[in-house]
Amino acid sequence: MNLTTFLLALFDGVSYAALVFIVALGLTLIFGVMRILNVAHGSLYAIGAYATVSLVGWVLALGAAPILAFPLMIVSAILVGVLIGGPVEYLLLRRIYDKPEVLQLLVTFAVFMILEDVQRLVWGTQPYFEAQALRALGNVTVFGVTYTVYQLILLPLVALTLLVGLRFFLRRTVTGKLITATTEDREAAQSIGIDADRVFLLTFVMGAILAGLGGALASPTTSILPGMGADMIVLSFAVVATAGLGQIEGAAIAALMIGMGRSFAIYIWPEVAVLVPYLIMVLVLLVRPEGLFGSPAARKI
Amino acid sequence: MTEPLLETRDLVIRFGGVTAADHVSLKIEAGRNLAIIGPNGAGKTTFLNICSGWIKPSAGSVHFEGEDITRLPPRKIVTRGVARAFQIPQLFTEHTALENLLIAASARDGLRNPLRSMHGIDARDEMMHLLDMVNCADVADRVVVELSEGERKLIDIAVALALKPRLLLMDEPTSGVASSQKDEIMEILIKALSEANVTSVFVEHDMSIVQTYADEVAVWNAGNVQLRGTPSEVLEHPDVIRDVIGEEIA
Amino acid sequence: MSSVTTTAPATGSSPAALSLLWIAGVVLLAAVPFLAPNLQLLVNFALAKGLAVVGVTVLLRAGQVSFGHALFFGISAYIGAFVMASVPGMDFFGILIAGTLGAALAGLVVGLFVVRYRGIFFGMLNLAFSMIFWSILEKFYHITGGADGIRLTRPTVLGMELGRDAFELFLYYTAIVLVVGLGWFTIRWFASPVGQLFQTIKTNETRLEYLGISPRRAMLSGYLLSAALCGVGGILMATAQGVVTPEYVWWVRSAEMVFIAVLGGAGSVRGAFLGALIYEFVRTYASAYAGDVWQMLLGAFLLVIILFAPGGIIGIFERVFARGKGTS
Repeated sequence: MNLTTFLLALFDGVSYAALVFIVALGLTLIFGVMRILNVAHGSLYAIGAYATVSLVGWVLALGAAPILAFPLMIVSAILVGVLIGGPVEYLLLRRIYDKPEVLQLLVTFAVFMILEDVQRLVWGTQPYFEAQALRALGNVTVFGVTYTVYQLILLPLVALTLLVGLRFFLRRTVTGKLITATTEDREAAQSIGIDADRVFLLTFVMGAILAGLGGALASPTTSILPGMGADMIVLSFAVVATAGLGQIEGAAIAALMIGMGRSFAIYIWPEVAVLVPYLIMVLVLLVRPEGLFGSPAARKI
Repeated sequence: MTEPLLETRDLVIRFGGVTAADHVSLKIEAGRNLAIIGPNGAGKTTFLNICSGWIKPSAGSVHFEGEDITRLPPRKIVTRGVARAFQIPQLFTEHTALENLLIAASARDGLRNPLRSMHGIDARDEMMHLLDMVNCADVADRVVVELSEGERKLIDIAVALALKPRLLLMDEPTSGVASSQKDEIMEILIKALSEANVTSVFVEHDMSIVQTYADEVAVWNAGNVQLRGTPSEVLEHPDVIRDVIGEEIA
Repeated sequence: MSSVTTTAPATGSSPAALSLLWIAGVVLLAAVPFLAPNLQLLVNFALAKGLAVVGVTVLLRAGQVSFGHALFFGISAYIGAFVMASVPGMDFFGILIAGTLGAALAGLVVGLFVVRYRGIFFGMLNLAFSMIFWSILEKFYHITGGADGIRLTRPTVLGMELGRDAFELFLYYTAIVLVVGLGWFTIRWFASPVGQLFQTIKTNETRLEYLGISPRRAMLSGYLLSAALCGVGGILMATAQGVVTPEYVWWVRSAEMVFIAVLGGAGSVRGAFLGALIYEFVRTYASAYAGDVWQMLLGAFLLVIILFAPGGIIGIFERVFARGKGTS
């Protein structure tokens, strides 16, 4: 492997890790606060991508500047979070917080099945591709390797901003503190007047927006196909499981490990590249069953 | 002198900054029911957890009938002859009381035949007798979730006894039970223990229970045994009255 | 308590009249090739799937759900296809045994890993393993035939070469025998000490450990059974369809199994088969009209069952039956 391919693999890995991290961040945030693993998270990612492609395609066809694609990504993500995430939490999840974990898993799985068909109904099975945003930012050359600014600089920057921003939000703002208080002890939080229902709704919508944003940001870099949501839920689960469920900073490291592992595998042994994330996850879990940064939940007896 | 049933040597355990057991060396003789008393947070439950393998000590060792069991998982310690009953009963809540005992007997006897119903096992009569011994024969076919806390506590102990242990560790056998029932439960329990020839170690907060039913008392304070002796010796000791009983009254 | 995953007590014998009804059901199934020959293949598929659904049902009894059990269904089917391809004229019972053993072995390897987990991790790790195998099937197409899969030649039966109709008839009755036999076995296993120890994982692993039993080993025993059941189903499906494709392992298949298990009545063996039959009929006749929204309908229906009829079909069935008996 010469320097050029090494750098290419490195850059691929960074941009891929950034995307996966953004999605995994939403998944782990929802889990951390609500103790629910949202299997439909992958669908929200896919719908975020589809929505972006449609919106950008439509607006650009009206003659707008390609740079407008960026605000439209944010609009798509918010639409996904509010129009899909909101009702899912409000109409469904709210009924099952006191049910066994298996039931909660089944409910989000059912939502996943429904949303997979919704995508097919709305957008069909033909692949979509819309790379205006990617082209708008141009390329950058590093050590003789030319790479897109979008993937090499923008995506990691967004991921980092979200990581730092979410940490700041949870630890320094009033709303963030309400969320962490509810996470620690829901009943105690309610007893001091926190509206736990609203906190959960807000958290779920935020998580869903992150999934949608991941899809929106991914859309210029890949073809949008049916099935991408199923791949993404398993992949982002691999990331959060490797990190330890609910570990926000850990998810960033796990995403980097998995992203790098996958992109280097593409250059070394392409057939197994898709397996690498899972192999990393299985290896980590064999040694640390709770994930890299998770701590075993000691049961009090 | 005969070998102690259970012996701990220099047990140390720390959680974060707190030392829950500080070089505890304790011998438990067969046939003498030992009550452990002491203020909340002194490390009494932790001691039972270490002896039964749930928590591993930072240093020191636990020996049962001379064998070092410190590093064994709970299930291996159980098969050596140490059973455990819990402050919050640990039962199979969707099964009936009798089924809980039948499952215990199946585990004890290593039953493997996949075609034979658990209800037809040889130990069924023995388990019914055990339920009878703890005064729960009338609820044998009731599902555990429907039972009262007192009944669950007794069944929890019966499940432990079903394993035919030589030593039974009990964490507050009478907590969560109406005070009018406490004596009744202890009567049943001590009788069942002596019938089955089982030695017990029990953590208890109710001093009248300790006075009446323990053969020996160990006072636990700040992670160690502060005092040990017969109930009357210990309970009349000024330090105990000040540190332990005072707190119970308050 | 309205839990989908209910552990039935060891004494779960249905009333005599209900047993008669089940026997009548089996007899009716046995008569299908004569009464309604055009339904024979469809019922055969349903029975094969039903066996896999029983595999999922076993895990539900321990309060666990696997989103990846199509893995074992597919592994067995592919083993059957590979054996048929490398040993021409192989006997049906040879591939039945090879496929089932292969699925059980895979169950052991995957099981040793996943039995350390419960709930979310258990469900999702199973999904991950099935996705891994699916990727392998797709990527290593020079071995697996990729998305086109592998065709199976018709196996011999105890050394005899059967014609197509005769083989299908043989397969159909073999499926019925296997369904009745393995269904009976699973019900007995649930009531046996080993099965009961396995089911206690749902309510209290601490106590299980303090009975001297390793919860992981108890879990593994059920996991092996569930994998083997999926394996038998996979071989039946592969021989009935004559082709295996990566679709056998696709998560949608796993989802379908979970769906049918919950639909039939979570935790009920009979419900699993009843659910599989109903599912296969509805799918065959309704998906022509609702192919695009099929998964959506399944998802919506799953939500309805979980939220409003947690006993599934078998729960409704037994309730109606009990009520009828009470009033008449």
